[in-house]
Amino acid sequence: MPRERASRRLAADAGLIAVALAFALPLAWVLLSSVDAHPDLKVKVPDGFTFGNFDAVLTPDIVYTPLLNSLILCGGATALTVVCAALAAYPLSRFRSRLNRPFLLTILFATSLPITAIMVPVYALFVRVNLIDTLQGTFFFFAASQLPFAIWLMKNFMDGVPKELEEAAWTDGASSFQSLVRIVLPLMGPGLAVVTVFSFVMMWGNFFVPFMLLLTPDQMPASVSINEFFGNRGMVAYGQLAAFSVIYSTPVILLYVLVARRLGGGFALGGAVKG
Amino acid sequence: MRLPRLHRRITRALPLTPALVLLLLFLAGPIAYCVYIAFTDLQLTGQAHSSFVGFDNFRRAFRDDAFLNAVWLTLVFTVLSSLVGQNTLGLALAALMKRASKPVRTVTGGVVITAWVLPEVVAGFLLYAFFRREGTLNAILERLHLPAQNWLFTLPVLAVSFANVWRGTAFSMLVYSAALDEIPSEITEAAEVDGAGGWRRMWHITLPMIRRSIGTNLMLNTLQTLSVFGLIWVMTRGGPGDKSQTLPLFMYEQAFQNSMIGYGTAVALLLLLVGSLFSVVYLRLLRTEV
Repeated sequence: MPRERASRRLAADAGLIAVALAFALPLAWVLLSSVDAHPDLKVKVPDGFTFGNFDAVLTPDIVYTPLLNSLILCGGATALTVVCAALAAYPLSRFRSRLNRPFLLTILFATSLPITAIMVPVYALFVRVNLIDTLQGTFFFFAASQLPFAIWLMKNFMDGVPKELEEAAWTDGASSFQSLVRIVLPLMGPGLAVVTVFSFVMMWGNFFVPFMLLLTPDQMPASVSINEFFGNRGMVAYGQLAAFSVIYSTPVILLYVLVARRLGGGFALGGAVKG
Repeated sequence: MRLPRLHRRITRALPLTPALVLLLLFLAGPIAYCVYIAFTDLQLTGQAHSSFVGFDNFRRAFRDDAFLNAVWLTLVFTVLSSLVGQNTLGLALAALMKRASKPVRTVTGGVVITAWVLPEVVAGFLLYAFFRREGTLNAILERLHLPAQNWLFTLPVLAVSFANVWRGTAFSMLVYSAALDEIPSEITEAAEVDGAGGWRRMWHITLPMIRRSIGTNLMLNTLQTLSVFGLIWVMTRGGPGDKSQTLPLFMYEQAFQNSMIGYGTAVALLLLLVGSLFSVVYLRLLRTEV
C-alpha cells in the first residue's frame, strides 16, 4: 500500500510539473525579455543582461503618468466601493426585513452580468450627459460595476461577526453606525482586506471600461496606455514592452500575495467567490 | 406606535442609500438605456435625432452573416476555453494536487494563479508572443521536428481559446480544490477498500458529490468568457478578417468602426440576455444559500 501510494504521488507530481512548465513559459518570456539586451518573441537565456529596458520606459510619459492615473482612478473607486459596500452590508446582515432576500438576489444576479455588454450603451449615455472623457464618470462607473460583488462579499464576511458583541454596545447607547465602525469592521479585518484588494485588482486590470470611457491620452490608466505602447512601439521593442508589463503587473501580484498569506493560502478567494 | 416604527425602518435602511444611488444611476440606468436604444437607429456621428425602429436591429442581426459568424465564434470560444478547457483542466489540477507532494503543489498553484492575477492586457501580450510565428510555441515545435505555423493567422480562435484557458484555469482550480476538500475522507477510503479504481471513484463518488460546485463553476466561467474583450483585442483584434471576432468585438466594431450605436447596442442586449439567462441558472444553483 505505501509503495502504491508513493508511485501515485510521483505520477501526480509529474502531471503537475508538466502543467506548471506549460503555464510558466509565457511568464518566463516576460521576465527574461525584460532584462535581455536583445530580446525576441521566444523564451531564451538573456543575450546580455541589462536594466536598459526598464530605464527606457521609466519616464513620466510612458510609465509614471499612466501608473499614477491608474492609482488615482482605481484607488478612489475602490475606496468608494468599499465604503458603500460596508454601509449597505450592515443592515442586510443585522436587521431582518422582508426586502433583504429580493435585494440580495438582485445583487447576486448583478454580480454575474457581463459588464462588457453594456459598455456601448454606457458610452452613448455618457456622451449625452457629458460624462464622457471625465475621470469622475469612469470613477463612478467603476465603483458601481464592482459594487454588487463587494456588497455580496462584505455581507458574507459580516455575517461571521457574532451579533452578541454588538448588543453590549447597543445597551450602552451606541448607534448602529458607531457599532459598525468601532466593533464590526475592526473584527472583520481580513474580510475587509479581501474586498478591498479584490475590487482594486479587478479595476487595475480592467481594459475595456477606460478604453471606452476615456479619450484624452494624459488621463489614461496603465491598462490602456500599455496597449497603445504595444501598438506603437511594443511590436518592435519587445524588451521595453516586457519591462512595462512587469512594472504594471507587480502591484496586483503583491496585493494578491498579501491577502492570500493573511488568509492562510490562496484558496480563500476561491471560497469567497464561490458564494 | 406607528410613527416610531416607520422612523426606525427608515433609519435602518439609511446606510443602503449611497450604494443604491450608485447602482441605480450607473448600472440600472445604462441597462435601461441599453434596452431603449437597441430599438432606435442611433448613430455615432452627425445625427440630430434618432428614431424608433422597433425590432429592425434584431431582424437585421439575424440576417447579417457577420453577426452569425460572431455568434458561432463566441460559441466555439466558450465551449473550447470555458467548458472544456478551464473546467476540465481546473478539476484535473485540483484532483492531482490532493495527491501531489507539497512543494510541487505550491509551485504549480503559484504559477497558475499568477497567470490569473495578471492584468488582462498583459496576459494578451504574453500569449501573443507565445503564439506568434517567431514565438515560443513554434520554437518548441521546430525542436521536436513538428511543423510550425503562424497560429494567430491560421487558427486564431484556437489561439485565443488557449489564451483564455491559460488565464482562467486558476479560478476553476480554486473552486474545485475547495470542493474536493469538503468530501469526507472516510467516503473515498471506503471506496478504496472496496477496490474501486481511480477513475471509477472519480466518476461514481467524487463527481456526484461536487456537482453543485461544477454547476456554479460552469456558470461563472461561461459568464466570464462571454465578456472577454481585452485578451482577444490585444492578440488578434478579432482578425485576421473576422476569424476571431466574438460578440463583444463585433459589438464594438459595429458601434465604433461602423458608427451604428443602435445596432451595436441591439447586439449588446442579446449578449446581456444570454448573460442574464446564465445568471438566473446560477442563482437557482445557489438557491439554498441565500
